[in-house]
Amino acid sequence: MQLACPLPKFDFDVITMGHGSGGLLTHKLLQTGVFDLLKNDMLDQQHDGARFELKGPVAFSTDSYVISPIFFPGGNIGELAINGTVNDLAMCGAAAQYLSLAFIIEEGLTMEEFWKVLVGIRDAAQEAGVRVVTGDTKVVEKGKGDKLFINTSGIGLIHPQAAIHHNRIEAGDKIIISGNIATHGIAIMSLRKGLEFETSILSDTAPLNHTTKRLLDLFGEKIKFLRDPTRGGLASVLNEIAGMTALGYLINQGDIPIIEEVEGACEMLGLDPLYVANEGIFVAVVKKEVAKAVVDALHNDPYGACAAIIGEVTPEHPGKVVLKSRIGGSRVVNYLTGEQLPRIC
Amino acid sequence: MKYLTEYRDPELVQEYLQEVHRITTRPWTLMEICGGQTHSLVKNGLLDMLPPQITMVHGPGCPVCVTSISVIDEAVWLAQQPNVILASFGDMLRVPGSKKSLLEAKAEGADVRILYSPIEALQLAKENPGKEVVFFAVGFETTAPANALSVVQAAKLGLPNYSILASHVLVPPAMEAILGDRENRIDGFLAAGHVCAIMGTEEYDPIALKYQTPIVVTGFEPVDLLQGILMVVQQLEKGEYKVENQYARSVLREGNRLAQDTIREVFITSDRTWRGIGPIPQSGYEVNERYRSYNARIKFHIDIEAAEENGQCISGDIMKGLKKPVQCPNFGKACRPEQPLGAPMVSSEGACAAYYHYASAPAEINTPVCN
Repeated sequence: MQLACPLPKFDFDVITMGHGSGGLLTHKLLQTGVFDLLKNDMLDQQHDGARFELKGPVAFSTDSYVISPIFFPGGNIGELAINGTVNDLAMCGAAAQYLSLAFIIEEGLTMEEFWKVLVGIRDAAQEAGVRVVTGDTKVVEKGKGDKLFINTSGIGLIHPQAAIHHNRIEAGDKIIISGNIATHGIAIMSLRKGLEFETSILSDTAPLNHTTKRLLDLFGEKIKFLRDPTRGGLASVLNEIAGMTALGYLINQGDIPIIEEVEGACEMLGLDPLYVANEGIFVAVVKKEVAKAVVDALHNDPYGACAAIIGEVTPEHPGKVVLKSRIGGSRVVNYLTGEQLPRIC
Repeated sequence: MKYLTEYRDPELVQEYLQEVHRITTRPWTLMEICGGQTHSLVKNGLLDMLPPQITMVHGPGCPVCVTSISVIDEAVWLAQQPNVILASFGDMLRVPGSKKSLLEAKAEGADVRILYSPIEALQLAKENPGKEVVFFAVGFETTAPANALSVVQAAKLGLPNYSILASHVLVPPAMEAILGDRENRIDGFLAAGHVCAIMGTEEYDPIALKYQTPIVVTGFEPVDLLQGILMVVQQLEKGEYKVENQYARSVLREGNRLAQDTIREVFITSDRTWRGIGPIPQSGYEVNERYRSYNARIKFHIDIEAAEENGQCISGDIMKGLKKPVQCPNFGKACRPEQPLGAPMVSSEGACAAYYHYASAPAEINTPVCN
């Protein structure tokens, strides 16, 4: 990636307060860095905002990215910021088209780091097929940020066959997960101060819009609900749906896909993988008769190879998520309270 | 996962369950000592799979739960001192003190760091020579060797800015306190596997004999727990009371001598107040005279008034096995993980948290059961 995209010659090595001043330094930073790398017709116009037309129902979403560290196995904050908003739109059944991109940079971030993030943004936007059409750059004093925060907002057209709404979920529907759980969270955890452990686990950050589009092309309104289990993990998403629908959600522990190394790391750290963050998978609630076909279709998708039916919607225990354990017992899966903290022993 | 899946094997689980069902003829009340065991029982849904005659009650083996409110206050006070970095296991941060938790102190600006090992705290002391690093040394016998080792290392390295706030507690005196209680109704124990990996099993022999109560040292996975339960019930049905070791893959009769030596090097046994239970003589470790300069209580001249515990919390009754979490009128109502009245609702090993998060019958959570 770096070979194809070397760091251009800047006359500064680190970002300073001046780069957020709106003056010459800001201009230089944008001209040599951002605009060159993210080049497109609309951005090139350099208006105060982007002007475009969209025909049909649209979805609009925003998200802020404050991940630490900003570089992690399998990606960086830039890719996350693009994929995250693209995926939020995808979960509404929409194909992201235009994004805004805003940086809050802590003084002292090196240009090399910033460049790597920009390259990540460009690559992720290319893969997702979206364009960054407007943006903003602010710099805050050292100690007032954590290297780099990014906000992206996105807008996209809703798939004509999409009818995604929690009120369409009925008892008997199947719950599908598109890939292994807990991968992103554990990849990040492996870098945390004091916890560094060697691992080959990479973040699963990925754009899911092409995958969800294929599903909607094939199954249309039989896909009833989509959500990406990011913060709070699978357990939180299922609890959210359970709360909204007043139906019960029964999942089978043995059917939930997870990489063995990730499961091992969770054991070691005393974390429950059901609550660990993901960035490249989604939960789908689908009509029972298409469940198997949906999983088969996902298996032919680059981001769905490990997809599985993990459970079903039931009239029993309304509003609750219940997990059937591998050994046949069952328990409630609740919301997480606060942050998952490592155990003493 | 090698060495884990074998102990979660559904067929083996069924075999042990059937055997427990087959041999149980009378009601028995068993206590698992360790909070890790409690969580495994509840998380795997095992409690509902046992014969109805067997009642599992949940013991005091949750270090977070039994750390007294005054010790939490000491930690909060230390964290608030200028120039102090208070390092702690993550679990301790949410536990309410008399005024606030460490997490609240942190939000107000105290320098509180979550660490995974006291050895990291040493590193922190090395990196911050201008600051005082205090490690909140909590736990049973299991964490004592590593905490002791950090003090030995600090002395070797000549690190003057490192100390520990010791709040270690010991299992055997707590078992005696439970068995000696007039209301005691425990017929047999699953002793804590990890504690015994350090201390061995010998110290349990006199307890089994004195109170005529079977004790089986048990692991933490479903198969471990069921085998442990089976071994206790076998003894009870035969009228035996001895110490047995289900967790032989980790526990030797003599324990880990090297770890025990390290404990003895740094700590002396001392009286300790257990949250919810009260003072138990000779039930804890304190830093000994030789290493007194590493004892944060001496170093910082901590002098804090002993605080009263929240009277609404019945954690003592729960940890002595007299009540189940759902029998507390506040359970899931006034007391929830995000707003706990007592520590067992906070800790990842606490019995109340286990029931709140994993209770098998969803209705249980909102059903007040008052005695």
